[in-house]
Amino acid sequence: MAGHGDDAPRGRDEAIVAARFARAHRVRRAEIAFWLAAFATLLVLPRQALIGNEIAIIALFALSLDLILGYAGIVSLGHAAFFGLGAYAAGLFARHVNADPLLGLGVGAAAAGVLGLATSALVLRGADLTRLMVTLGVALLLSEVANRAAAITGGADGLQGIVMAPLFGRFAFDLTGRTAFAYSLTVTFLLFLLARRIVHSPFGASLRAIRDNRLRAAAIGVPVTRRLVAIYTIAATYAGVAGALLAQTTQFVSLDVLAFDRSADVLLMLVIGGAGWLYGGPVGALVFKVAQEVFSGLTPQYWHFWIGLALVVLVLVGRDRISALARDAVAALADLRGTRAARGGGSRSVPP
Amino acid sequence: MLTILFDGVAYGMLLFVLAVGLSVTLGLMNFVNLAHGAFAMAGGYVTVLLMSRFGVPFLACLPLAFLAAALLGAVLERTLYRRLYDRPHLDHVLFSIGLVFMAVAAIDYAMGSQQQNIRLPSWLSGRLDVMGVGIGRYRAFLIATCGVLVVVLQLALSRTRFGVRLRAAVDDRRVARGLGIPVDRVFAVTFAVGSGLAGLGGALGAEILGLDPTFPLKFMIYFLIVVTVGGTAGLVGPFVAALVLGIADVAGKYYVPSLGAFVIYTLMIAILLVRPQGLFARVR
Amino acid sequence: MDVIRRGIVLAAAAMLVPSYAGAQGSDTVKVGLILPLTGPFASTGRQIEAAARLYMAQNGTTVAGKKVELIVKDDTGTPDITKRIAQEMVNDKVAVLAGFGLTPLALAVAPIATQAKVPEVVMAAGSSMITEASPFIVRTSFTVAQSAAPMAEWATKNGIRKVVTIVTDFAPGIDAEKAFSEPFVKAGGKVDNVRVPLRNPDFAPFLQRAADEKPDALFVFVPSGVGAQLMKQYAERGLDKSGVRLIGPGDMTDDDILNDMGDVAMGVITTQFYSAAHPSPENKAYVDSFKKANKGMRPNFMSVGGYDGMHLIYEALKKTNGSTDGEKLVDAMKSMSWTSPRGPISIDPATRDIVQNIYVRKVERVGGELYNVEFATIPNVKDPVKAAAAKK
Repeated sequence: MAGHGDDAPRGRDEAIVAARFARAHRVRRAEIAFWLAAFATLLVLPRQALIGNEIAIIALFALSLDLILGYAGIVSLGHAAFFGLGAYAAGLFARHVNADPLLGLGVGAAAAGVLGLATSALVLRGADLTRLMVTLGVALLLSEVANRAAAITGGADGLQGIVMAPLFGRFAFDLTGRTAFAYSLTVTFLLFLLARRIVHSPFGASLRAIRDNRLRAAAIGVPVTRRLVAIYTIAATYAGVAGALLAQTTQFVSLDVLAFDRSADVLLMLVIGGAGWLYGGPVGALVFKVAQEVFSGLTPQYWHFWIGLALVVLVLVGRDRISALARDAVAALADLRGTRAARGGGSRSVPP
Repeated sequence: MLTILFDGVAYGMLLFVLAVGLSVTLGLMNFVNLAHGAFAMAGGYVTVLLMSRFGVPFLACLPLAFLAAALLGAVLERTLYRRLYDRPHLDHVLFSIGLVFMAVAAIDYAMGSQQQNIRLPSWLSGRLDVMGVGIGRYRAFLIATCGVLVVVLQLALSRTRFGVRLRAAVDDRRVARGLGIPVDRVFAVTFAVGSGLAGLGGALGAEILGLDPTFPLKFMIYFLIVVTVGGTAGLVGPFVAALVLGIADVAGKYYVPSLGAFVIYTLMIAILLVRPQGLFARVR
Repeated sequence: MDVIRRGIVLAAAAMLVPSYAGAQGSDTVKVGLILPLTGPFASTGRQIEAAARLYMAQNGTTVAGKKVELIVKDDTGTPDITKRIAQEMVNDKVAVLAGFGLTPLALAVAPIATQAKVPEVVMAAGSSMITEASPFIVRTSFTVAQSAAPMAEWATKNGIRKVVTIVTDFAPGIDAEKAFSEPFVKAGGKVDNVRVPLRNPDFAPFLQRAADEKPDALFVFVPSGVGAQLMKQYAERGLDKSGVRLIGPGDMTDDDILNDMGDVAMGVITTQFYSAAHPSPENKAYVDSFKKANKGMRPNFMSVGGYDGMHLIYEALKKTNGSTDGEKLVDAMKSMSWTSPRGPISIDPATRDIVQNIYVRKVERVGGELYNVEFATIPNVKDPVKAAAAKK
């Protein structure tokens, strides 16, 4: 059916697409509950402020990985490169130039963003394995640089002497960690909102198209290279902010921020939470960190064994199956409750 | 410095033996097995245990290390790896990282986290002086052993029926199956042999590379570099890549110690930028 | 959605995260022992924990009317984690922070010790400037410079003119390099310095380079546990046969692994403050009870840092009559002196660092096992780095 030059059908199509985006973007009640609970822990669990700070930071880090893994399909084993660069940049800035936290955040973000832009060329080409290797190589290279440039970075002894100025000139970073937690959580929340906006936009949709089938996306006119470079840089910037937060709230940077362990752990967290729905990072980070604390209390050295086992089981059972199972369970529960209310009680067989 | 060249060649050949299994597995089953280093570690620890607890002589430990790792590989392939062949690469990565974590923690628990020591027989320690060039005896032994292995492997690939089947299966799995080649069995045997070779490499390398529970994580990057740069089509690619890597690493650390490991990483990134499919990849 | 709900439940479950609230009340003194119990430096943590527990077993858990509670936490050798654990401990009213297996771990905690006014007893880390990072730091272990400097004198006296130094590139290694090189050069010797990275060290090319220069001796400093690797490479290069002697601080002939090193280690001469073969009655008793309590494990130089650290804490508490005021405790710790299994030691009131004897030892076979046998003593050595700075 030819709709040449006819405005009405095109206008209708556009309206349908706009409505679909609006619906996806609508805030759900559970989301509000999640963030309210997160901020509530600031008040309700003051003694866990230090762990809370750590969780907020790695949640942001995991979120940044989700942007490229879940939404653009880039498998990276070296995402810690951006995290570490952000940390060192912010730390060095605070130590040698200006100790204001927000400025330092900007510096960390910018540094990581530049690195992301520069290395994005490397992840565009080649198969999965090549990309894996290249991302890993960049992270290892950066780690070596930090190790060698000990005069600047403090090397194995770590970057000492970072003393942060109070936030907004009023809230000092004290031993209890409450300012730190509030700071990190707020930054994470704001960046999350921004990511949400990006993801539920035509830009985000094009990313998912690229993730699902790059060739086809290119065929329908999506500028694949430009989109990938853009999202990679954005993700790098996010990771840099997370690293800067770590440097500022702990007032210390060690070589550990660039270690392979960091990249592997964040990948694990994202997988646990589920990649591709934006909450996977924060949820995975929460589950991972809490589990780590619990297990470290029981068997400190063999934490990695359990997380490895969890991963193996997860993969064998199938990542999709787990979330599908969860979704079915929720649907069944919701179904049951709905019909009971409608009929005023009485059992009903739950559809499989 | 000839001694440095010699050291580099020994290191490179060791890397080859360690990484060749990974290369073939990747090419054949398209499986990214980051846990390859764990098989190497298994071979190393088996050797240490046999030598210290049961007094088995070093040379006898080598084939035993091969067998132990091969057996482990065969069992894991049948039970776990087999189910994941058709999954996306991310699943392979996650699965094998999980395995590595488990292996590292298990060895740490069983054997402790310190470096393990192997007491070499006296005829393997010390140096030889050949025409004014100092050559470590153990490194000479390494070069000899690995050289023999390379030749054996190449012969097996090109002259035996199994080798023909393997190459066919690498080329095109479906067609090979269609021709009646028992691809599943080829997979199983190849994986076992590849893991066995890794175990042998771990036993051989314990003296030079050291052996502790973090071995798979420390050296994973080297194996991956050999495989990525060398490509997965045959043995020549990984062999040359391993040699280049070994020599570059040793020479780099000798001549410019302040750069250290920079050399390899930069080299790898540069090569991958120019040829993302590796140095010797064929066109599929 | 279910997953989000799960997340909220888990956030609440975070309340179950173990905290440090032990026995409440002001009659308990909590001592927080933060050690690397896993990872590459786990042997340090293991030795110190064993020694600390041995001391408490031998001397009871009640001091000056208060009950001493030891809380041991693993920081896996990562400074971020050390810092967080220390912060949590301080928030939970721990009175003394102790342990610290490496320099970066001790340094990471220094600002917390200062801010919270809590004494930080360093039982392992060895670089000189640690005690300057906070006025609450007191050290019972050693400084690498302290162990290294006397070696320069010994080497000069024994005909060694040209030395190549190979040290690990972090604060203690650089301390050792300087502490040896400066007096050695002043006495007329020639020195060439090489540094090896802390992570993933590969000694072969560095040793080859050193060997090419044909020195009289190699001065080596590597963290405890890595020494064996180096010795093997040293033998493989044929350096022992070609008359290049191996000297250095005793970290590379660590009692913990010395016996496993085999004949490669025979004849190596080192300077250090503790040997399990130290011929004093206190040490004999210490070694015997340590072995008995720890399945035959031999105590090493790290363990005495833990043992003496606990002694320091106990005695300080006695002096302050049980008060856990940080400043009072540190004051009590200064200028204490006693006989440790390693020999006579004291805490220098001006620097809060340890003053002890340094022994020159040689690796020999005694009763079928390898030991560092002492044959010379340099008494009451202060940390040379700070001593030199004080003179200026």
